[in-house]
Amino acid sequence: MATYSTNEFKGGLKIMLDGDPCSIIENEFVKPGKGQAFNRVKIRNLKTGRVIERTFKSGDSVEGADVMETDMQYLYSDGEFWHFMHPDTYEQVAADANAVADAIKWLKEQDSCMVTLWNGVPISVTPPNFVILTVTETDPGVRGDTSGGGGKPATLETGAVVRVPLFIDIGDVIKVDTRTGEYVGRAKD
Amino acid sequence: MPRTEPDARPDWRPGADLETLKLRARLLARVRAFFADRGVLEVDTPILGRAATTDPAIESLATSYQGPGSPVVLPLHLHTSPEFCMKRLLAAGSGAIYQLSHVFRNGESGRRHNPEFMLLEWYRPGFDPYALTEEIDALLAQVLDGYIAHQPAKRITYQQWFMDETGLDPWSDPLEAFRAFAGEHLASVPDSLPDDELDPWLYLLLTHWLEPRLPQGAVFVHDFPVSQASLARVRLQPLPVAERFELYVHGVELANGFHELADRQEQLRRFSQDNRVRQACGQCIMPIDARLLAALEQGLPDTSGVALGFDRLVMLAAGLADIDSAMPFSLQRS
Repeated sequence: MATYSTNEFKGGLKIMLDGDPCSIIENEFVKPGKGQAFNRVKIRNLKTGRVIERTFKSGDSVEGADVMETDMQYLYSDGEFWHFMHPDTYEQVAADANAVADAIKWLKEQDSCMVTLWNGVPISVTPPNFVILTVTETDPGVRGDTSGGGGKPATLETGAVVRVPLFIDIGDVIKVDTRTGEYVGRAKD
Repeated sequence: MPRTEPDARPDWRPGADLETLKLRARLLARVRAFFADRGVLEVDTPILGRAATTDPAIESLATSYQGPGSPVVLPLHLHTSPEFCMKRLLAAGSGAIYQLSHVFRNGESGRRHNPEFMLLEWYRPGFDPYALTEEIDALLAQVLDGYIAHQPAKRITYQQWFMDETGLDPWSDPLEAFRAFAGEHLASVPDSLPDDELDPWLYLLLTHWLEPRLPQGAVFVHDFPVSQASLARVRLQPLPVAERFELYVHGVELANGFHELADRQEQLRRFSQDNRVRQACGQCIMPIDARLLAALEQGLPDTSGVALGFDRLVMLAAGLADIDSAMPFSLQRS
């Protein structure tokens, strides 16, 4: 794998740090008028999702990480692994619970999502920003109450639980923002 | 987002908006008026030169000339500051002089750095560094008037600043103490810093611990370690210090000044020492300025001088966070 000098640092660059694949979020060049230059970098650990800060002496090099982000289709779970397929090549990969983490609660079979592969192995799964899912369980709807005030929990077909307005009923199809876990609106079929 | 359409035109627009360009012009006019009132002569020395700075922390851009007067290729450098030429003018009897000059530094690009930027540099024969910092205060008050309120700067010595923020004294505490402090307090410490040289650790703590803790407003930091003297005189008593100061405004380095070194022998020794450091680090050996040395031999008046980053002054007046939006076209727009 290639190595990258601090001069090549930019948002999105994938590098190895302490044995884990990471993605650069922000790179700041810091230098006193007369004196040593540094790069102060915000980095996301792609396995844990944690964001850390690292300082490099300008000119230092780090090892690149063989990380690919690809759109894949969620196929099924066998209880231990979750299986995804590349829609063009039909190539399949199996992700463990650490990799799918919370993302899986937004995905039903056949849905598309982004799978991050490190050396060909899935390390994380990102659902689309918005998903459309059917309500499978909630208190009976209060007809006519479209005020949006209050709200109640609703369980979706994937098992996720979101707060919805009082007028939502079992069987309704709703749109949810997966980044916040918030109800956006009723999906029009 | 980068444009990907095949017929997309490159972004031709300036980084600074029209309001900022006007502000920039007003600040330039105010700077010139300030010095005209005080009888300081404006000069414009060349950007191109045969010699270059030897400072290991500053890299010059190289170019060359060939043609009438030089049948073989003549290696040249773009200046990183107009200092050497301005000192030759001082030695020639110019009296107080100032310059607004574009300067160039290789390897410096970021939110507060562009490889080409403008320095406001001036020299005041007969002024000690304290008198010069008072003039800087007066300049900022006059030039920034109506944009931001400038209160007279606070002052602190480099030693006191380190003692206050870290409890460590760069003049007496061992490197190990600075390494331990960095390890305990910074989010991260580069593993490539040398363990036999204190300055890189001082720069790390300065940029990652001290500067972020600076108060709002203007602060002059005086009397630097001798190892960071650059082109400043050294005063031996009571503690050996370089008669150098830095101005920070709202935590951002804005200006650097010296009680200017006038001793030819000492200047030559520092040039040579710089080049030895460069050689040891695998950097280019730089051609030293023999004409500056000759001018120092003739005699440089006792003078203080300062270089102030004009684009950062614009950023300050306009409240901008990125140098690209303070100048017409940063390198990324060239």
